[in-house]
Amino acid sequence: MTRRQRRLTMIGGSLAVLAIAAALVLSAMRDSIVFFSTPAAVVEKHIPAGRRFRLGGLVEPGSLVRGDHLAVTFKVGDGNATLPVAYQGILPDLFREGQGVVAEGALDASGVFRADTVLAKHDETYMPKEVADALKKQGHWKDDYGAKPAPRATSGATSQAAQNVPQAAPDAAQGVRQ
Amino acid sequence: MIAEAGHYALVLALGLALIQSTVPILGARWHDPALMNVARSTALAQLLFVAGSFAALVTLHVTSDFSVVNVFENSHSMKPLIYKITGVWGNHEGSMLLWVTILALFGGLVAAFGNNLPRSLRAHVLAVQAWIAAAFYLFILVTSNPFLRIANPPIEGRDLNPVLQDIGLAVHPPMLYLGYVGFSISFSFAVAALIEGRIDAAWARWVRPWTLLAWIFLTLGIAMGSYWAYYELGWGGWWFWDPVENASLMPWLAGTALLHSAVVMEKRNALKVWTILLSILTFSLSLLGTFLVRSGVLTSVHAFATDPTRGVFILLILCVFIGGSLTLYALRASALKQGGLFAPISREGALVLNNLLLTTACATVFIGTLYPLALEVLTGDKISVGAPFFNLTFAPLFVPLMVAVPFGPLLAWKRGDLLGAAQRLMAAGAAALIAVAVLWAWTRGGSALAPLAIGLAVFVIAGALSDLAERTGLFRVPLTIAMRRARGLPRASWGTVFAHAGVGVALMGIVCETTWNTEYIGTMKPDDVAKVAGYALKLDGVRQRQGPNYREMVAQFTVSEGETRLGAMTPSKRNFTTRGTTTTEAALLTRGASQLYISLGDTAADGSIAVRIYHKPMVLLIWFGPVLMAFGGMLSLSDRRLRVGAPKPASATHGLQPAE
Repeated sequence: MTRRQRRLTMIGGSLAVLAIAAALVLSAMRDSIVFFSTPAAVVEKHIPAGRRFRLGGLVEPGSLVRGDHLAVTFKVGDGNATLPVAYQGILPDLFREGQGVVAEGALDASGVFRADTVLAKHDETYMPKEVADALKKQGHWKDDYGAKPAPRATSGATSQAAQNVPQAAPDAAQGVRQ
Repeated sequence: MIAEAGHYALVLALGLALIQSTVPILGARWHDPALMNVARSTALAQLLFVAGSFAALVTLHVTSDFSVVNVFENSHSMKPLIYKITGVWGNHEGSMLLWVTILALFGGLVAAFGNNLPRSLRAHVLAVQAWIAAAFYLFILVTSNPFLRIANPPIEGRDLNPVLQDIGLAVHPPMLYLGYVGFSISFSFAVAALIEGRIDAAWARWVRPWTLLAWIFLTLGIAMGSYWAYYELGWGGWWFWDPVENASLMPWLAGTALLHSAVVMEKRNALKVWTILLSILTFSLSLLGTFLVRSGVLTSVHAFATDPTRGVFILLILCVFIGGSLTLYALRASALKQGGLFAPISREGALVLNNLLLTTACATVFIGTLYPLALEVLTGDKISVGAPFFNLTFAPLFVPLMVAVPFGPLLAWKRGDLLGAAQRLMAAGAAALIAVAVLWAWTRGGSALAPLAIGLAVFVIAGALSDLAERTGLFRVPLTIAMRRARGLPRASWGTVFAHAGVGVALMGIVCETTWNTEYIGTMKPDDVAKVAGYALKLDGVRQRQGPNYREMVAQFTVSEGETRLGAMTPSKRNFTTRGTTTTEAALLTRGASQLYISLGDTAADGSIAVRIYHKPMVLLIWFGPVLMAFGGMLSLSDRRLRVGAPKPASATHGLQPAE
């Protein structure tokens, strides 16, 4: 083989691998990306049953019902709408009524959100960041969600501690998955 | 007093770094040996001062001096001594100080052992190293000073985040940083070569051991972090494809590619330009990892936008170093002479394939990690790219890589014989096929792909062993001769065997764990028995216990298999009073390479307790594999070839060694 042919083989091979990788990435992007939504947006967008997404909001106080075999139901609200959620398994340590939660799963035919993952990862304001951002956008953010005495010098401390888990999944730190 | 001394030492280190970053370059330009040698002394002095600064911070933590903000926020007088020390790098400021300390350590090592490097190359390398150091010293001093005082010192500290109070996390960050920062050496060498506009065999000889060293630490660091996540987070996962994990995986993938292309460059003087680019990319990915973890951009894009000092500073460092080095590369790379022709089917060709697949896999991880961030910044849409994405993109790229691994070492340099290599891998292929057939017949359920994947793992391991058999002539010559040949083999060859086998071992663990793991989730009362994978786990009772800085609820389980009692397992839930947080301490019982895993959930009103029990077959192989890889790396590092290429007194030879 001449130098030119060798070089062409190399370049051709590289391009083939890159093309395959690009195809893989694009197809995976279409199928395996999960969007985040709030209860109000679920109503608005008419998300079809069976489509996976992440639901975020506040656990409605008084809505948590524990059934047999670790089955739980609770409602997630964002001030405008609420959505019933069903889950089976162990709830994370930080799961509390009235506080933020992110659940991953899909709606069933009756409009109940069947969660297979419940995350309750909190920063110092006890609020998952997607939920806090969504609530702020809708104007339902109350400053007392973050009412924890935090002098200026120390306000960054807890959130940094969360980032400081170098390998741990931040979301996973308090997550439960089935 | 100690805090001020530490702060002052850091400022002095910055001053030294500034001198080191300019004077040697001028010296090289003016051919003034005295100025060039300034690099050596400043690098050593810099190490001394930054180590002093780090020691000061450790002292403050150990003596619980709560008048220092950093100690107050991350320590507690009741905390065990070991966590007082490890808490130093369990926070942003301290971990950045550790980062620069390790950077200075590597610079100091080059200065101390670089006597046989060409003088101008050493001057350039150390100057580039000092640019990086100066940028990070400035970052620490301006945005994250660990030595700040509080006006009214409190009596007690706020304690370290409980999940970080663990021995695994104590060792994990230093390991990871030794890896991350170690790649700065190959980066500095690459930039120095571009500045000088020439590159020779001595260059590759120097770069390879440093890359290997960094790679060993990074491998161990990632494995350790993964094991920590497995036992500390309480639900038995060992890899989450989380951005923080990906941040360490990307430099590892690029570093692994660099390691292999450096071999080609050292032995065959080919792939020079590519090796330089990989050196730059690998360290750039390390910087990117530092940015992702340290800027807060992952916790919230908005937090990043509202308090941007730190993030913007690191982003600036990132842009200057990556942009600068890539520009330099674009300007100078064409001036480097290409050498060493080879056919596509050859050892070089195999290593090119390895590089191609590794860098492409790295690129998919890069896209999966940064795409959500970019999308949120641009459109505001929030998406999560999780395990499914990476399984669909990363895995298909790794399969051909695994298939190719055993072929590489069996091909000859320059022009290889694929058919011959295939013939020599017949035994390995047969072993793989037998494994697939046996598993197919023996297992029911689970993915149909699993036996094939195990077969692939067996092929990789057996392939590594066939390489060894081939080199020693095992089964062809008498055993004693084969043994003698095995002793005579270069350690680098042994290293290759171990590292490649380690990949197969890890793959086997991953496949077994994900396919055949069983779990039991339910509520249990005392004397209840849970049956998981043939084991019976009886809950004996639950009691409360007081630890040094926490209260814990301990459940005692008796594990038995059939009639034989195997032992007790005591998972617990710890409540840390200072921060009011709870952690779940899983209990592990090891049986061979498999493990039983129990973690506790909530207690119900009737006294029953939620438990999660897993049986994880062959799970330990997942971490045993990386340990084997790192061991292979160490063997290779101790090879005579690298020792000969490495330090020698300056008086012995002048200039560099002739190329082979």
